[in-house]
Amino acid sequence: MTVKYTKDHEWVSVEGDVATIGITAHAAEQLGDIVFVELPEAGASFSKSDDMAVVESVKAASDVYAPISGEVVDVNPAIVDEPAKVNEAPAGEGWFVKLKIANAGDLDELLDEAAYKALVADA
Amino acid sequence: MTDLKKTPLNGLHRSLGGKMVDFAGYDMPVQFADGVLKEHLHTREQAGLFDVSHMGQAALVGPDHETTASALERFVPGEILKLGIGRQRLSVLLNEEGGIIDDLMVSRPDTDGRLNIVVNGACKEKDFAYLNENLPSGVALERFDTRGLLALQGPKASDVLSRHAPDAAILKFMSFAEIDIGGIPATVTRGGYTGEDGYEISTRGEDTEKLARRLLDEPEVAPIGLGARDSLRLEAGMCLYGHDLNEEISPVEGNIAFVINKRRREEGGFAGASRILSELKNGPKKIRVGIKPAGRAPAREGTEIQNLDGTAIGEVTSGGFGPTLGGPLAMGYVKPENSAPGTEIQLIVRGKALAASVVDMPFVPNRYYRG
Repeated sequence: MTVKYTKDHEWVSVEGDVATIGITAHAAEQLGDIVFVELPEAGASFSKSDDMAVVESVKAASDVYAPISGEVVDVNPAIVDEPAKVNEAPAGEGWFVKLKIANAGDLDELLDEAAYKALVADA
Repeated sequence: MTDLKKTPLNGLHRSLGGKMVDFAGYDMPVQFADGVLKEHLHTREQAGLFDVSHMGQAALVGPDHETTASALERFVPGEILKLGIGRQRLSVLLNEEGGIIDDLMVSRPDTDGRLNIVVNGACKEKDFAYLNENLPSGVALERFDTRGLLALQGPKASDVLSRHAPDAAILKFMSFAEIDIGGIPATVTRGGYTGEDGYEISTRGEDTEKLARRLLDEPEVAPIGLGARDSLRLEAGMCLYGHDLNEEISPVEGNIAFVINKRRREEGGFAGASRILSELKNGPKKIRVGIKPAGRAPAREGTEIQNLDGTAIGEVTSGGFGPTLGGPLAMGYVKPENSAPGTEIQLIVRGKALAASVVDMPFVPNRYYRG
């Protein structure tokens, strides 16, 4: 299992041909207390960079983009019922969606952990 | 960033881990380590301390109360002539078209001919310029730019402040007193911007941090940032100037017609009176209402409001999530025929029509101390 990142502060954990996607701890902290999450339906297809989900904190609404192209095979209803889970465990129970990877080449364009850490450190 | 102004508590905010933002040209904490949600709930359950030193504090100074009050009444629709010594009132500064230049608090100290005012930080320069241009000779504006202003809000506020100043306990809602707080001279009003019992405490700038630290040392008190200040006032149904009120909106449209007191309705004689008195008689073109979305998605400022036929009837001016309410809430302007509580409406959020209804405000009951 490899974990990759986007410059929009999402993580992408790849297992076989399925990628689990969430937002990073840095993103969760910057957003503040998350109070609303909107997820796509299973079966929906997204191209890389499409708006895929919505996350709202007390302060503002943000879009979550599809970091790669693919079809939604599973979503995490627990964060719709309890949005605070995203703040509590952004890299664990706070995952958003699982995508069936349409184009493995998309993964090559993502950041590895060292590159993502450097990006956050510069911010 | 370098040109942001600082309040007397800037160093304290930073030492407490405040997340600093530009607000009204000041370097201010939007939240502390606990975050907006916990700060909000703490204020409703215990007591929160807010730095509101960016607000504009000043006095109008004339030869006697009648002269000073009459001068101010030219620009505000409230009963200022009969405002009692030691009393405070919410009012609005009006332009000649009846639009609101700012909302402000007016209080009457016992020095004859003086009225203290507190205006919004983002509006203070234009407010003070407007007053300076328009006040009659003999009534002067005296700014208190170096004073600090703290708000202590919440059900424990009175217990806390009374430990340092016993007189604070008996001060009633919308009253004003000069109180010594353990050696710090302060002017204290009872009220605030959260819907809770509480105080606003003005001190000399050099005393503000000392008083803030003393209050923060009390077990019930936590520092609260601007984020929770906004969610608290929204639940209390209170307007945020520049969002829910502006220079085109009248107090009748703003649904704060209570600021136009009886004698003033009969006599007029204030800026914009012809429009405002006509709106009182015939109704305004639009009016501010409370809005409760049926689902969980917040509707933010700028969201279009439609009736059930899909016709646009207005716009959200403040909206978000209410931590005490446990769900989304908003306020906005609709046509009067759509303004009755219970009216079903829809909010256009990210292209989708979400069910909502017009509701009474406040969203969370006020808990003021009326003695």
